[in-house]
Amino acid sequence: MTTILPILPEILLLALGILVLVLDPFWKEENRRLNLGWLTAGGLFLILGISLVIARPGAQPVLVFGGMLRDDWLGFVFKMFFLFGAAITSLFLMDVEGAGRRAESFLLLISATLGMNLMASAADLVMLYLAIETTSIPLYILAGFLTGDDKSTESGFKYMLFGALTSAFLLYGFSLLYGFTGQTSLYALSASFPTFSLLALGIVFLVLVGLSFKISFFPFHFWAPDVYEGAPTPVAGFLSTASKAAGFAVVLRLFVAVFPSLAANWSMILAILAALTMTVGNLIALTQKNIKRMLAYSSIAHAGYAMIGIVAFSQLGAASTVFYLIAYILTNLAAFGIVTAFGRVAGSDDMKAYYGLSRRAPGLALMMLVAFLSLAGMPPFGGFVGKVFVFTAAIQQGWIWLAVVGILNSIVGVYYYMTVLKYVYLYRMEGEAEEKHPVPRSKPYAIALTVLTVGILVIGIVFAPWFNLANSTALSLF
Amino acid sequence: MQFPILSVIVFTPMAAALLILLINSERKNEIRVTALAAATFALILSLWVYFTYDKAIGGYQFLEKYNWMPMLGISLHLGVDGMSAPLVLLTGVVMFTGVLISWGIDDRPREFFAFLFILASGVFGVFISLDLFMLFFFYEIAVFPMYLLIAIWGWVKTREYAAMKLTLYLFIGSVVSLVGALVMYWTSGLHTFDMLALEKAAFPLAFQKIWFPFVFFGFAVLGGIFPFHNWSPDGHVAAPTAVSMFHAGVLMKLGAFAALRVGIMLLPEGAKLWAPLIMGLALVNIVYGAFIAMVQTDFKYIIGFSSVSHMGLVMMGFSTMTPIGMTGAGLQMFSHGVMTALFFAAVGMVYDRAHTRDIPKLGGMVKPLPLVAIAFIIGGLVSMGMPGLSGFMAEFPIFMGIWQVRPIVAIIAAVSIVITAAYIMLAIRRVFFGAMPVEFEGHIGPIGVQDKVALVFLCIIMISLGVFPSLMFPWVQAGVQHLMILLGGA
Repeated sequence: MTTILPILPEILLLALGILVLVLDPFWKEENRRLNLGWLTAGGLFLILGISLVIARPGAQPVLVFGGMLRDDWLGFVFKMFFLFGAAITSLFLMDVEGAGRRAESFLLLISATLGMNLMASAADLVMLYLAIETTSIPLYILAGFLTGDDKSTESGFKYMLFGALTSAFLLYGFSLLYGFTGQTSLYALSASFPTFSLLALGIVFLVLVGLSFKISFFPFHFWAPDVYEGAPTPVAGFLSTASKAAGFAVVLRLFVAVFPSLAANWSMILAILAALTMTVGNLIALTQKNIKRMLAYSSIAHAGYAMIGIVAFSQLGAASTVFYLIAYILTNLAAFGIVTAFGRVAGSDDMKAYYGLSRRAPGLALMMLVAFLSLAGMPPFGGFVGKVFVFTAAIQQGWIWLAVVGILNSIVGVYYYMTVLKYVYLYRMEGEAEEKHPVPRSKPYAIALTVLTVGILVIGIVFAPWFNLANSTALSLF
Repeated sequence: MQFPILSVIVFTPMAAALLILLINSERKNEIRVTALAAATFALILSLWVYFTYDKAIGGYQFLEKYNWMPMLGISLHLGVDGMSAPLVLLTGVVMFTGVLISWGIDDRPREFFAFLFILASGVFGVFISLDLFMLFFFYEIAVFPMYLLIAIWGWVKTREYAAMKLTLYLFIGSVVSLVGALVMYWTSGLHTFDMLALEKAAFPLAFQKIWFPFVFFGFAVLGGIFPFHNWSPDGHVAAPTAVSMFHAGVLMKLGAFAALRVGIMLLPEGAKLWAPLIMGLALVNIVYGAFIAMVQTDFKYIIGFSSVSHMGLVMMGFSTMTPIGMTGAGLQMFSHGVMTALFFAAVGMVYDRAHTRDIPKLGGMVKPLPLVAIAFIIGGLVSMGMPGLSGFMAEFPIFMGIWQVRPIVAIIAAVSIVITAAYIMLAIRRVFFGAMPVEFEGHIGPIGVQDKVALVFLCIIMISLGVFPSLMFPWVQAGVQHLMILLGGA
């Protein structure tokens, strides 16, 4: 029994996926939306609960399944947040035209989650590559799921092309790693990895290209706005949170555990790239007129902030990156959830559609306020604490310039997040007849958004337990 | 265990904000009554804290400490000293009168009061935090609702511009200080954000010299120090009345107070080095602010620039680094807070009825609005530093302090008193006296009961402080005593 515990969540995910497929044909068309959504979301929450109770890793990390996976807190914490993100996403997905009634979309979501879970705990190059592909392929399909919509098709196709290309780089890097050391196990490999050579740096570079794509890191961020804009909004939310966090889990494991000998070199490269990522993301976000594109650029910028903790290359740094990601997952899921909920009613993702939202739906507007202020890094929301922690970690290791760049960037961020809030709270709809255009509430949105809003507040105020959790992941790295 | 009064003070407005958000937005009167009840409760608590603070013992009192995040040494450490006790009281007063003044707000009052109370929570938090991290936490909480309050309920013409300008200025200021604070955290090697521990850290001299300006000026932006004062008149003018009161009355003190607490108290040697620069800038504030106020034709801009001028006196008091000057600065923070709240309340009342703030178009307001005129005149006298009122009690020690350090600065700064008298007198004459323009005849309605209560309340505070300075002097002196120990008796 103990041997399968480390992959219990994955086994259950697979079972859930099969259950969705098997049950689907027996349901009547009109029941599909509710049955599928609640089954998936409920199942995912159940898996989350079960894993939290019985599948927790021990204090000491263990390599399991012939060294393919590592049962440690880093993997576990990320897995739990992937499950959470997937559950919330499936709630959002229920009311999406063209996806909410199709068992395939939920199945794809579950299999992508399965892949991410493996990404977070993979300890072997082969396993890692397989996990990344298991994650990516369902996501390509999900992004292009709305076959009747040209933008969605374009989104899926673009995502796949970019993904395939960078994946090739990654694979090339992995094969060189193997050629160099004769090992595929990450932990065995780190021992024989050379301290410094051009070739070693080249390998780091190739791996970085592959992973930069997953976390939408400069200069491999170009796909993000187009893909997010075209993909079904909940899928875009999932891409920008869980999928990005999965990328970060791999970055943390690879760079901290496999390439520590080159830390001085890659931390400088990552620092420069992080600064560029933040700056490019934020500056382009300033000019956006479409809210999904703006959120896409903002999520690029957030990858830069989260990277600051990794650059610091310390236990505190890794912990603060994980903490940042936890806060970011909740916040960005909420932001995309609101865009889904409102976009369905407004029929547009143009920022102009948000004029007067606070008069049409005060509750939704308030949640938007919470999510956007958290993205902007204002207390008492999760985003503030996350930012302070990564900057603290950076300053501890002497990266003052990086912290300053981050801080300057967050000021730019404040501007465009506030601008959206201005549309919501200050501007009026055309004709000023907001009362005649209420925003109908649907149950799944209400539940998901309430959970997220409360979560953002809890993380922002009672941050110590969450930070301890993040710190336990960092402990398993160093 | 004693009653955790300070945490109750911080969380009362926060809880009230949540409660208000739960009320149906159509039931506007219930919302207002809830707001008033919460504000009254907060006022009573702050009066309680103020009057039970034992100024004979001094130091930090009503201490509460909860470990918030032991790993990084963050704790919710609350306490008041002689400097912050008057400011807690000030916040209670302005919150109470602000709710009264805002009774007439009809556009989404639920959101208005909720945001106002979140702001108040942040303000209380900054004044009583003894933990650097929590201080920033509350400081930012005090900044962001400002944007929405100004942008949504402000003056249509400039609100978007002014709100964004204000938010960006203050946010930039605070993050600059944040960098300084984080560097302080790591340099101290104590692994704690507790300011009582950091006070004793004795940072190396070179470190203090480099980082003091970051910390001090970052916060001083909110205190309106020249040349970073630009946001403040625009912000004051664009804001709705209660928010202007909060803003000029309390928020600018927040900046000055945080600059004192984090800048001067934690980096005293740096403060001594940079004091001449602060003094120079403060002098510009005082004189330049007064001159600009003189040429304004918008009633609210006059008050806005007078705030810049008066906040200069606070900074000037700090820069003297003498006990008497510091005491004056502490008193001025309170006195100016009450005075400017009164000014903005009066301006708001006139504007709500005349629908213009253009001075040449106003006149004769004393007849329809006698109480407003009286209150404004009292405020004006305070502003000029008339003996017998709170302004004199505050400004006199500041000037004494400057005289001890640099007499020439005192002489130049004293020019501002004359100019202040001139612009206040001019404003009073042109707005309240003279002939009333024809179009206002019969259109200026009386003010409501809530407005009267607020005005009278503020006037009573200013007069009683002027007549009995002992109601505040000993508190501030107790605070300054501790400050002087940190400054090495300089």
